[in-house]
Amino acid sequence: MPIETWLIFILGFMIVGSIMALEIKDLLSSIIAIGIVGLALSVAFLFLQAPDLAIVQFLFEIFAIIILILAFLKKEYHKKDDPSNTNKILTLVTVITLGAILFFSIDVFKALPAFGEPYMNTAKYYLENGATETGSANLVSAIILDYRAYDTLGEVTVLFTAILGALTIIRIKKKSSGTEEDVV
Amino acid sequence: MKSQEGMTIIVKTVTRISVWLIFVYGIYIIFHGHLTPGGGFGGGVIIALGFLNVFLAYGKEYIKKWLNIGLLHDLEATSAILFVGIGIIGIAMTGGFLANFLSKGTLFRLFSAGTIPLLNILIGAKVGVALFLVVWSLSLFHIDEGGEQ
Repeated sequence: MPIETWLIFILGFMIVGSIMALEIKDLLSSIIAIGIVGLALSVAFLFLQAPDLAIVQFLFEIFAIIILILAFLKKEYHKKDDPSNTNKILTLVTVITLGAILFFSIDVFKALPAFGEPYMNTAKYYLENGATETGSANLVSAIILDYRAYDTLGEVTVLFTAILGALTIIRIKKKSSGTEEDVV
Repeated sequence: MKSQEGMTIIVKTVTRISVWLIFVYGIYIIFHGHLTPGGGFGGGVIIALGFLNVFLAYGKEYIKKWLNIGLLHDLEATSAILFVGIGIIGIAMTGGFLANFLSKGTLFRLFSAGTIPLLNILIGAKVGVALFLVVWSLSLFHIDEGGEQ
C-alpha cells in the first residue's frame, strides 16, 4: 500500500480515539483513549521516516499518560454538570469562529507544496553539507545541536523555568500551610 | 515487610532488575545521539521514566533514602550552566555562540562531531533530572493539598 493510505488509516484511528476520549464515562478509559492519539502519531512519524521524532513522541506520550493517571485518577472529576446557557453560547461562538478561520484559510492549503515534495532549499543544504560540516552522522542531531543550537538552548530554558515554577508554587504552599517538611 | 508503600512485591522485584536496563538504554541513546536516532532529549526522557518507575513501584520514602534530591537539583542547574559555558567557549574560540570548536573526527565514530556529543550529554542529564523533579514536586504538592481538605 502507498504511504498515504497508511497515514489516512492512522489519522482515522486518531480521530476515533479522540472522540472516544471525549465520550467515554470512565476516566481511566478516557485517559487511555487520549494515549491512542499520541501513540498513533508516533507510528505516523515512523511511517514518514522520522525515527527521532517517533522516539520522543512515544516517550512523552507515556510520560503524559503516567502524569494524567497520577493526577486525575484519585480525584472526583467524574461528576458532570449540565452546561449553563452562558457556556452553551460561548461554545457556539468558539466553534463558529474556528470554523470561519478554517473556511477562510483553505486558500493557504492550496499554496502549500504537495505531500512529500517540500521546498528543499534549506533541507538540501543540510543534506549535502551537514555531515562534512559537523561530523555528525545523525543529521537531526547536527541540526538541533549545531545549526540550530540556539533553539535548543531555549528548549533547555523552558524546562528550567518549568521546574522553577513548580518548586515556587510548592514553597508558597508550604509557607502558607506551615508544615516543616524539608523541600529542597 | 512493614511498609506498605508502593506496589506489590512482584512489581518491586521486576523493577529492581529492569530499571538498570532502562538506565543503560537511556545512556546509550544519549551517547549515540550523533550516530543513531534519538539524542539528548529522547535519552533524557528514558532516564526520567526509569526514575519514575522506581518512584511508582517503591513509593516516596524509598526515593528520599535512595536519591539525594538536592544533588539532582544541583546536577540540573550545572548542566544548564555548562551548556551556556560551551556556547561562550564557542564565542571565544571561533566567534559564534555555540559554534563547534572541537575537531570533527571521522564520520560514524563514537568520538566525533566536536561539541555535539557533549551537548547531547548535558541535555540528557538536564532533561532526565528535570522531568523527574517536576513529577516529584507535583506529587509533594498533591499530598499537601490532600492534607488540608
